[in-house]
Amino acid sequence: MQHTLDVLIEAVPFLVGGVGTTLLIVIGGMLLGLVLGVPLAVGQVYGNAVTRRAAGLYVWFFRGIPILVLLFLFYYGLFHLIGLNLGAVAAAILVLGMTSAAYQSQIFRGSILSLSQGQFRAASALGMSNAQAIATIILPQALRLSLPGWSNEYSIMLKDSALVFVLGATEIMARTHFVASREYQHMPLYITAALLYFLLTWAGVRSLRTFERKVAIRGYGRT
Amino acid sequence: MENTPILRVENVSKSYNGKAVLKSVSLELNAGQHKVLIGPSGGGKSTLLHCMNYLVTPDSGRIQLDGREVNAHSRKELYAFRQQVGMIFQEFNLFDHLTALDNVAIALRKVKGQSRKEAETRAMAELERVGLADRARHYPAELSGGQKQRVSIARALAMDPKVMLLDEPTSALDPELTGEVVSVIRALARSGMTMAMATHQMEFARALADEILFMQGGEIIERGSPAELLAPGAATRTADFCRRLAEMGGD
Repeated sequence: MQHTLDVLIEAVPFLVGGVGTTLLIVIGGMLLGLVLGVPLAVGQVYGNAVTRRAAGLYVWFFRGIPILVLLFLFYYGLFHLIGLNLGAVAAAILVLGMTSAAYQSQIFRGSILSLSQGQFRAASALGMSNAQAIATIILPQALRLSLPGWSNEYSIMLKDSALVFVLGATEIMARTHFVASREYQHMPLYITAALLYFLLTWAGVRSLRTFERKVAIRGYGRT
Repeated sequence: MENTPILRVENVSKSYNGKAVLKSVSLELNAGQHKVLIGPSGGGKSTLLHCMNYLVTPDSGRIQLDGREVNAHSRKELYAFRQQVGMIFQEFNLFDHLTALDNVAIALRKVKGQSRKEAETRAMAELERVGLADRARHYPAELSGGQKQRVSIARALAMDPKVMLLDEPTSALDPELTGEVVSVIRALARSGMTMAMATHQMEFARALADEILFMQGGEIIERGSPAELLAPGAATRTADFCRRLAEMGGD
């Protein structure tokens, strides 16, 4: 018991030290997913046959392959092949971000499709170009509607980020694995890691909920 | 007054999935004229109005604004054309994430490139014109149907259109709310705005129209002044249609 406590006292700050890396990977991945996911969704809804097809293929590719396989495929395979020398964290952000883009695009696509076509037509009738109508009328509403789904995606990615310990990024999971295999105190260490993930999920989802309320439009969605 | 019509529609046809919705329809709108489209639902009124703004691209036929034919293949020309042809929709189509003021101001800023201040000043003036200055900071969800439609009229007017197209502007409104929209449209007509409007409200049509166009099966099958078409006992399709509307408890 004393030994367990000693190990924990020493290990907890070390595990908490991984929070920064985990958050960096998740926030980076979410943002990359957003930046890629929005054009993917717009391309799928408003694009011509070629863009729709291309966006569809992208989505099928990243939805159809396990993240672990993608991590190895890109980190040891593709990045190596094209001479891209990325650290484990950057590679993790890229792979998680590209995967998340596929899922995020479907969240955005659903939101765009839920909006009435009438607003787009009204924007066109005023002389707006398609791009202007999408940027100023459709996306501000679609992105707001996407926030609940996006917050869900955050909680999923946070937990997926534990997989990147296989690349050697020193995030929460990798640090826990490292200490646990040295000290043979699996239960208390993994409970600590679980708690950390739980807290991060809770804090992130709470913050996004607050943000959602902050950007909400009076009366919107209560028609 | 010179003889070039402001908007001229020549032999416009449109079909969807092989079904002809418009069959070679022609009409002219001269400056200050008010034409009203009536007829049964599915007769092509709405499609015709949408074609007149190129929101729907006709399969064939020509549309001229001020004597100039619109080249629908040039996006730039298309966007410029639409700015000059105001459109009012049955279901208002306000931008739900913007206040009444921003609904009116947004296109002034994005399309006409006005500064926020310039655009908001103009938007406020247009909201005053439709009697909604006190609702400027309200979001669409906080407005009644009649107020929404008036905001959409203000939004179209702010672009300084040469002609206004109104697609059943009062059809989606509760009966007690049509009055406020009708009076805004009447005031607009009195101010000399050129207009084409589809409606089922016969009293409104009769009061507003210089010419009534009766559409059925994608064609204009009757046209004439309200006095001619709706004379007591007139043996016209229009009069017949009105009688049936009245029987159904229309207006």
